[in-house]
Amino acid sequence: MRDFSYARADTAESAVGTLADPGTSVIAGGTELLNWFRLGIAAADRVVDIGGLDELRGIASDGAGLRIGALATLNEIGEHPLVTQAAGALASACLQAASAQIRNRATIGGNVLQRTRCPYFRAEEPLPWPCHKRDPGSGCTSLAGRHERQAIFGWTQDCVAVQPSDPAVALAMLDAQADVLGPAGPRTIPMREFHLTQREAAEAGQPMRETRLEPGELITGYRLPAGSGTDGQAYVKVRERASYEYAIVSAAAAVRLDTLLPGAVLPGAPGAGGAGRIAAARVALGSVAQRPWRLDAAEAELPGTPLTREALTPVIERAMADAAPLPQNGFKVTMARNAAVRALLTAGGAS
Amino acid sequence: MTIEFTRRVAVTLRLNGRDLTTVVSPRTTLLDWLREDIGLTGAKKGCNEGACGTCTVLVDGRRMNGCLTLVVQCEGRSVTTVEGLAGAGGELHPVQQAFAEFDAFQCGYCTPGQLLSAVACIAEGHAADDASVREWMSGNICRCSAYPQITAAVLAAAREEPGR
Repeated sequence: MRDFSYARADTAESAVGTLADPGTSVIAGGTELLNWFRLGIAAADRVVDIGGLDELRGIASDGAGLRIGALATLNEIGEHPLVTQAAGALASACLQAASAQIRNRATIGGNVLQRTRCPYFRAEEPLPWPCHKRDPGSGCTSLAGRHERQAIFGWTQDCVAVQPSDPAVALAMLDAQADVLGPAGPRTIPMREFHLTQREAAEAGQPMRETRLEPGELITGYRLPAGSGTDGQAYVKVRERASYEYAIVSAAAAVRLDTLLPGAVLPGAPGAGGAGRIAAARVALGSVAQRPWRLDAAEAELPGTPLTREALTPVIERAMADAAPLPQNGFKVTMARNAAVRALLTAGGAS
Repeated sequence: MTIEFTRRVAVTLRLNGRDLTTVVSPRTTLLDWLREDIGLTGAKKGCNEGACGTCTVLVDGRRMNGCLTLVVQCEGRSVTTVEGLAGAGGELHPVQQAFAEFDAFQCGYCTPGQLLSAVACIAEGHAADDASVREWMSGNICRCSAYPQITAAVLAAAREEPGR
């Protein structure tokens, strides 16, 4: 790791002030940044530590919803009663991420800014192969090589990587807003638009861009709208180990059942067979693109749909009709569909 | 107020119950500092990227990877390593005793991290049953695969010293 100079910020505003110098990195937990420094993914002349800023801490709720400070750790969020009650999918996503000791350091502000786990990208410099993210324009070795874990939406010939964050999928599904502080003051970014696919970035003329966060901006926290607590929620993570592994695919869902329909049976009741009908649902996929992938078409179609595997599967299939799998990852389309169905069933209380 | 960036930083912390002030280069990880500057080699360097857990130490009672923590991030904090687990007279910590009784290691390289992770796992209340121990201890890899014995040791120590 190259040496750098260090300072502790006394306010979020003063931290942002130091970012005017582009050689400055922010450190919060550091679980991602230190590995970037080791691999040569990032290098900084100066590191400003925001870890001591109480203004960025805390989890609280008011009439408008839930507010989570950027420095809340994944373990704090995952076990906080306000989060487990109002945003169960987020709590679950946080606790299914990383390991217990990493979750004690990793913050929710930094988590969404983690970069892809593509092994061609995460190699020590100098890279022995081309990687567009490490050397712009050099091409994508994964596309010509191994890519079974890569994107099925939004990729380009330059890069097929996926965003691996679990919490980001739940935040996008829950319509969370990121509070951001920059040189021009505060603003908000909807989490469902926070990340960019490679195609979106290329179409915007900024092919290296991965998020809508501008240089010099700092995430200060998130707000989750009130009301989501009335919905059942679930986060389903499919991975090769039962614990401490990145997702192959994941799905976050929130479901409100229409209990007023005549003949509706409480899910879980004898003979119900999950026969409740959906009044409203939200669902997002993870690790299928460089951004959490909300299934808008499914969300429009789901009201009135019985909460059964048979009824849900074709709805999700139609919403994923534009999937563009690579030669080695066609299985991810099926796996993601099944994860979405399972997340909806679980959120609705049917499984 | 202007923020001053420096290349040498004085850090005051408590290490295994002893207060000390150290001056470090900002890039120094807690793991490297413990092993190379302080001479406490209990915390091991396995992967040096947060994947294996053998560098696990307690910071203010919470388990963390020493390789993913900078010393400068420990200002004012209390750090416990495996060297700080046993009592003043050398009597083993109940978790160490349980690891010995249940033969919860083979080569021993991961054991310091396993011990500190287990102490925290029990204090957190995550040692209720086999499944919760396996889930909440998953950040500590044991390549000798002593997992059944480690799980049994953690559960036995938890029964003796229940979590909060």
